[in-house]
Amino acid sequence: MLMYVVRRLLQAVPVVIGTTFLIYFMVFSMPGDPILAMFGDKTPSPAVYDALAAQYHLDQPFIVQYGLYMKDLFTGNLGTTFSGEDVGTVLARTFPVTLKLAAMAITFEFITAVVLGLFAGLRKGKLFDNITLVIGLILMSVPIFVLCFIAQYFVAIKWGWASPTVGADTSFSNMLLPAIVLALSLFTTSMRLMRGTVIDTRSRDWVRTAYAKGLPARRVIPVHVLRNSLIPVVTNSAANFGVLMVGATVTEGIFNIPGVGNTLYQAIVRGEGPTVVSFVTVMVLAYVAINILVDLLYAVLDPRIRYA
Amino acid sequence: MPKPEHYVAPFDENEMAEVDKIKLDEKPSNLWRDAWRSLRRRPLFYISLAAVFVILLMALFPTLFTDVAPDKDCFLVDSNGGPTEGHPMGFTRLGCDVYARVVWGARTSLAVGLLATLISGVLGVIMGALAGFYGGWVDSVLSRLGDIFFSIPYILAAVVIMTTFSDYRNVLTLAFAIGGFAWASLARILRSEILRVKSGDFVMASTATGRTKFGTLISHVLPNSITPVIVYLTLSLGGAIVAEATLSFLGVGLGPDVMSWGNDISAAQTSIRTAPMTLIWPSIFLTVTVLAFITLGELVRDALDPKARARG
Amino acid sequence: MTQETNVTDYAEPLVSIKDLEIGFQTGNGFVQAVKGVSFDIFPGETVAIVGESGSGKSTTATGIIDLLPSNGRITGGSVMFGGKDLTKASKKEIVEVRGREIGYVPQDPMSNLNPVWNVGFQVREAVLANNMAKSKKDADKRAIEVLQEAGLADAERRMKQFPHQFSGGMRQRVLIGIGLAADPKLLIADEPTSALDVTVQRVILDHLESLTREKNTALLLITHDLGLAAERASKVIVMYQGKIAEAGPSLEILQNPQHPYTKRLIAAAPSLASQRLKSTKVSVTEAPQGDEIDLAAASAHRHAVVDKADHAGAPAIEVKDLTKVFSIRKGGFRSEPFTAVDKVNFQVPRGTTMALVGESGSGKSTVAKMVLGLETATEGEILIAGKDATALGRAEMLEHRRRMQPVFQDPYGSLDPMRSIGAIIREPLDVHKVGDKKSRQQRVNEVLDEVALPRMIASRYPNELSGGQRQRVAIARALALKPDVVILDEAVSALDVLVQAQVLQLLADLQEELGLTYLFITHDLAVVRVVADDVAVMERGKIVEKGNVEEIFANAKTEYTQKLLDAIPGANIPLGA
Repeated sequence: MLMYVVRRLLQAVPVVIGTTFLIYFMVFSMPGDPILAMFGDKTPSPAVYDALAAQYHLDQPFIVQYGLYMKDLFTGNLGTTFSGEDVGTVLARTFPVTLKLAAMAITFEFITAVVLGLFAGLRKGKLFDNITLVIGLILMSVPIFVLCFIAQYFVAIKWGWASPTVGADTSFSNMLLPAIVLALSLFTTSMRLMRGTVIDTRSRDWVRTAYAKGLPARRVIPVHVLRNSLIPVVTNSAANFGVLMVGATVTEGIFNIPGVGNTLYQAIVRGEGPTVVSFVTVMVLAYVAINILVDLLYAVLDPRIRYA
Repeated sequence: MPKPEHYVAPFDENEMAEVDKIKLDEKPSNLWRDAWRSLRRRPLFYISLAAVFVILLMALFPTLFTDVAPDKDCFLVDSNGGPTEGHPMGFTRLGCDVYARVVWGARTSLAVGLLATLISGVLGVIMGALAGFYGGWVDSVLSRLGDIFFSIPYILAAVVIMTTFSDYRNVLTLAFAIGGFAWASLARILRSEILRVKSGDFVMASTATGRTKFGTLISHVLPNSITPVIVYLTLSLGGAIVAEATLSFLGVGLGPDVMSWGNDISAAQTSIRTAPMTLIWPSIFLTVTVLAFITLGELVRDALDPKARARG
Repeated sequence: MTQETNVTDYAEPLVSIKDLEIGFQTGNGFVQAVKGVSFDIFPGETVAIVGESGSGKSTTATGIIDLLPSNGRITGGSVMFGGKDLTKASKKEIVEVRGREIGYVPQDPMSNLNPVWNVGFQVREAVLANNMAKSKKDADKRAIEVLQEAGLADAERRMKQFPHQFSGGMRQRVLIGIGLAADPKLLIADEPTSALDVTVQRVILDHLESLTREKNTALLLITHDLGLAAERASKVIVMYQGKIAEAGPSLEILQNPQHPYTKRLIAAAPSLASQRLKSTKVSVTEAPQGDEIDLAAASAHRHAVVDKADHAGAPAIEVKDLTKVFSIRKGGFRSEPFTAVDKVNFQVPRGTTMALVGESGSGKSTVAKMVLGLETATEGEILIAGKDATALGRAEMLEHRRRMQPVFQDPYGSLDPMRSIGAIIREPLDVHKVGDKKSRQQRVNEVLDEVALPRMIASRYPNELSGGQRQRVAIARALALKPDVVILDEAVSALDVLVQAQVLQLLADLQEELGLTYLFITHDLAVVRVVADDVAVMERGKIVEKGNVEEIFANAKTEYTQKLLDAIPGANIPLGA
């Protein structure tokens, strides 16, 4: 297991270097003035321009720029936002909110996906299976921002069950609606995967052997079907986090939740390039970390990996 | 214990089948033929195919569906107006005809979706096939490269690209921004499929006839690994259309003067309280389009599922 | 079965099956798999059901305790057990019978243990489900006991290990332990050793036999091997196409078969045929009727031909000090050399068959791959018709491959499922650019004739053919280039007995017609007897014994070869014929 952890962490090193390099490359290797390009139609004030030029070490050759940028990244010097605030300070303020929203959404998503997927798999081809399939496909087809608007319009504005925006009050009940919307946008993939795995696992030889031992279905299903089917669903949740990050950006923006996603959303909508790049970099690094955690969880769930 | 009696079933020589008789009277069957046969039995298949056809038609010949100009003749008097004769879906905030805009918007969504899928398909197949088939250092290099691209959620990558390439916001850049990062998952899927296929005896048999490695890859390994790729591409076409809409919604898609469902939804959000239908109509078209492609993908996946078709 | 202890029990059968019918709902409608099967099992008795794949033998066995796959169901008849009809029992009643009254040992040890739970957990589960222990501690004690009884050394330590840390044989012991955990009255063993090496197979079966005898457990043994059935069971039931063809005391069935199907099976079984070799002179004169194949006759004929053959000139294949070292990855970044093939020497004279025999991991297939040029040799020489094949250029290699073609084991994996039969057979001709389109088509037709497949089949796809037919296609592909040497890597191992006999016959005929040289890789010594002229026995990368087949069978010099010979099921049963 220790070997596995070490190997997994070593594998992450080139990925961290590669992703940051790629982002940096996309922004700063273009012909023309990268800072002007990031501002699009707007023109930065000379003071802002100079600050950015210094932050990105534009007077240095490209590879040195990148090295200094990495150094800044890992010493916590992430630059400043448009309003002159330190990115690190903004992150410290907004990150807990996003974490809370993400945790709520992932919990809802995982539980519904596992439960509905399990029953759909056990009732393959029956009415329940078909209904969850249709609902799942529709939810998968509705873009997250449309889902947000629908929820906002019907649940909040028309029926008045929740407030249409969250604002400063980030309590559990106030974030319930956006968390559910976020969960709905994610759950189809996991549910379909769970369903498929349950169908597959159910016909495995060891399940028949379990029945042959004299175990009743109420023990075979959780111990020999559900337990095994969780492995691919957990593994897949790593990819889900990628979707979650984009989803959180949109959801926090529309529901005005003061999280990391909202900051990114505002920066994108206002065309504040440097802030966008800083926050995307942070999100990508978080995503790499989540991928490692999920892989470790996979090893916990599957002894074939643990004792490889 | 009673001594077991010796039982012999009554037999008829004619009943004894010839050993390993060849059944040529059965219907011909192979993977694609069987998949087609099972698809033909699903009503959903025809429904989604029809939907895809209509949307294609809309994208290619919008004038077949409407003769109202979508971006001219907009009068602020009509701002957020409800349906009137000749304008079944009402008007946008700027007083343009919603139906006409929705029809003309199909072209953008489909163009970006198809192009992005094509780009990620080509990149994913090349990377996945080479990594899986050649193994060794080729695999190490390509897989690590794939890991890097995989670790940047493709919409976030597209956001960065579209933000920095703000002067070049056209269909091609957008398609590259989406497809240029979405290929990594496909490459992973194909790589593991190729690892499975290449261990098959028929691959060894092909090498033993003297076929080159690359020849074996093209003639045996790829054709046998392509089904998950097809399923994935059908599904990701839906994903790319959603990505385009999301980027347009965020204001980093195509410029605001380009007609697209994402742009229209984005523009309508300010009027959500007063005229929700201007937001809902383009959303419905977007959803139906994506749903049609995703459903097709699911049906094809079902039809090609080797476990479902296994016989004998 | 000679013990006569519990006489009163014997009057009543333990299980009485009457007119059992089982069917499956498939894509092509409802298919009847078992069509009215009746038999009794008495307490302590061992009954074997023998049949080929698709005969309904496994379905019958799993039907008894309702372990059918979800698309299967019992459509008629009864299974009387302890005064109850199990086909009409409620779910709860069936659960009580399973494990407690009727145990089950499945076929494939690799897939029948849940990979995510440790072995102790899975045995304990069986103990607790059948109320064999009151507390978890008791259950642990009983689980260790069960594993020890099943012949697992250091069971206590192994309880905490996971299935993937066990070998196939050890897993099968765990499964036998689970099956017997609650001292059931009947144990159903569905091909319990088919997936294991022959020597392991024998040890496990011996152990199973002594365990069931000790506890007076009745045993229902499902097998495809008539020899094995006769050796282990007092009563044999031969099933064919969902019905019982013949049933009775095992010796009587073997020595005096009445049903034509049973007769065919006995004639085709290599393990039994090798015994009959002595009397073959008689059967050779009898023209084999229809498609009935008598392996013994074929074999005798073949030996007569080879005796006359010209052994002069360079051998078709000569292997000198052939060695292959793999580097095996150990956890982390270390790797370790592993010698798969260790200084192997042999030669195969032109026009003869040489068998390379060994258990899994013996290195026999690696030898075949090196000869075929699919693996590079670490050391040593491979001479094909006197020419070194280890250091060939690209063009020479192509020429080399043209003269030597393989047939692989898996009839389901060796043909590209996306190509038509015609395209598959034509592939070698296309690669070597032999002739034009028309002449290639002509050649495809010729080889199809040679392997006795109709020409019409060329437009069909592999999934439309049976295993035996696919193997014929593979042989046809191998023959397309008119090679001198054919390497047969377990080419008949996956086939049913009758089909296997038919393919072996075909191979023998082709050898005689075309003067082919065969290198025959197999784990099955019984088959060697009927097809090969010479044999080399491999163990852990080395050849431990080689020589003429007749001599080695009559008088094996090494213990290992003798062990392999003894492991042929049914080899010691005298046949009356």
